[in-house]
Amino acid sequence: MMSVTTSQAVQRESWDGDTPASGRLLQPGLDVTHGQILYLDDISVSFDGFRALNRLSLSIGVGELRCIIGPNGAGKTTMMDVITGKTRADSGSAFFGQTINLAQHSEAEIAQLGIGRKFQKPTVFEAMTVQENLELALAGPRSVWASLRARLTGQQRDRIDELLTLIRLGEQRARQAGLLSHGQKQWLEIGMLLAQQPQLLLLDEPVAGMTDAETEKTAELLLTLKGRHSLMVVEHDMDFIASIAGKVTVLAEGAVLAEGTLAQVQADERVIEVYLGR
Amino acid sequence: MQTALSLRLAHRIGPLPLKLAGAAILALLLAMPALHVWTDPASSLHVSAYTLTLVGKILCYAIVALAMDLVWGYTGLLSLGHGLFFALGGYGMGMYLMRAIGHDGNYQSELPDFMVFLDWKTLPWFWQGSEHLAWALCLAVGVPGLLALVFGWLAFRSRIKGVYFSIMTQALTYAAMLLFFRNETGFGGNNGFTDFKRILGYGIAAPGTRATLFLLTVLLLVAALAAGFWLVNSKFGRILTAIRDAESRLMFCGYNPLYYKLFIWVASAMLCGLAGALYVPQVGIINPGEMSPANSIEIAIWVAVGGRGSLIGPVLGAGFINAAKSWFTVAFPEYWLFFLGGLFIATTLFLPRGLLGLLRRHKEKA
Repeated sequence: MMSVTTSQAVQRESWDGDTPASGRLLQPGLDVTHGQILYLDDISVSFDGFRALNRLSLSIGVGELRCIIGPNGAGKTTMMDVITGKTRADSGSAFFGQTINLAQHSEAEIAQLGIGRKFQKPTVFEAMTVQENLELALAGPRSVWASLRARLTGQQRDRIDELLTLIRLGEQRARQAGLLSHGQKQWLEIGMLLAQQPQLLLLDEPVAGMTDAETEKTAELLLTLKGRHSLMVVEHDMDFIASIAGKVTVLAEGAVLAEGTLAQVQADERVIEVYLGR
Repeated sequence: MQTALSLRLAHRIGPLPLKLAGAAILALLLAMPALHVWTDPASSLHVSAYTLTLVGKILCYAIVALAMDLVWGYTGLLSLGHGLFFALGGYGMGMYLMRAIGHDGNYQSELPDFMVFLDWKTLPWFWQGSEHLAWALCLAVGVPGLLALVFGWLAFRSRIKGVYFSIMTQALTYAAMLLFFRNETGFGGNNGFTDFKRILGYGIAAPGTRATLFLLTVLLLVAALAAGFWLVNSKFGRILTAIRDAESRLMFCGYNPLYYKLFIWVASAMLCGLAGALYVPQVGIINPGEMSPANSIEIAIWVAVGGRGSLIGPVLGAGFINAAKSWFTVAFPEYWLFFLGGLFIATTLFLPRGLLGLLRRHKEKA
């Protein structure tokens, strides 16, 4: 337990000083003694000769909310694919905590280990109700046998209620997910990630296609998650990033170009060049 | 959850008129064998052997359609090889029926006629034990199940899906058909098995036997519907539709779709095998023609026309198309395939949810 407290303390000092809310920051088995939850080291990925990731190194701290920006083709989505096991790196390593080598696990296993991912295009199970979507995502056994015998416990029902309130879909719970608005689907997908109780959330363009009001509410939601979970957010909307970001990482051509606060990276000559200079 | 489930039940089964219609059909099906056995052939209430066999055959098809729908309608895996599992089940039962002929064949030999014809002196090893009905039933269910397990494991592990999966299943049934056409394979070549005499000592064409086989088919269909209903309304069933609609989302929720697909795929194949085992003693013949790719495609058409993604739909579809087929092939034999093709196109264009969708739409309007 000692190490947990220390790492939280370290974390708190190391960036913007927000008080991390208490909660399930750590699950047994995940070693984050150095305060980092994700390490990407020297990762390269090529598709038919195109280098999508070029010796990328990056790490995310426990409880941190990190924003990733970069022009199209910078490798943002490929990086998420590598972390979640969808794509295998040609070289380099990806570690979850100190000890879990992500290259050795399948997508489903990585999700069970505690990494949740939201897709660029909101992806929910459209034929099911909002509540059923959350039920499927709830943390728990994932075997065929368990699914045949599954019954919701009171505790799980409470958890679903809690999530529905959090993602503001309480009144839509019995509605078919396919009938939700675009922004509501984004929220539902975020709710499904949270239902898995992940320690690290990867969000690919969570506010794409949202109205300003929805964007604002999403920013609020992510800020409440910060500290309880570690988050990596890929976005293009700079106003949104300004409203949530502590630390921003700029990717370009498959590698980290700059890292710092939003103001710092926006002032960086090289960053201005990749965004405007072509 | 309890209320949600009962609400869902009410929603799925539908309103009172539909329930009554279902009960009436079931009562009729249960009455048919009784009318066959206990009424005088001259009476207007008498159900002829022809009718009983025809309806029994269609009920077997309905079970296959249901099994197909579990993998296609619910899980999104379009199999164009389900006829193979059905035929294998039929062959399993056929082996027993051939052995039960005993010395009453044309050659009065202990061996089935086709083996005598091929000048074989002993039973091949895979025919051992086939004189027992219980073992034949094990084969009828186990062989399709095992084949589905091996094929499914390889295909799903390699993440083969969509049209590639369909083509592979089609190739599988075609290859099996060619294999079974060969005399050396040991299943009667292109003639298959026929001229059955008896089952468990009872005459295969006796009214009592026909009625019993018919009743067993009705029971299997009802049991399959009940099991299917329970399955698709469980969490397992929702995971199946999740595989169909957003498989990658499901994977990133921590589920490995492999085992779910494999489970329903194997269960579906085994159900087809059982249906095949009930089909063969009723129609009295099984040959490799049952494995032809066209047969498997027809199964998919039953499901599409009836309405995939529902349990009643495929049963309706199989019933409707096969009833139409038996009428058409007598009245206008040369136009049947045009009608079938036209029906399929019309369903795809105008009735994406099939006949059941049509019924439900009327209900919703009312």
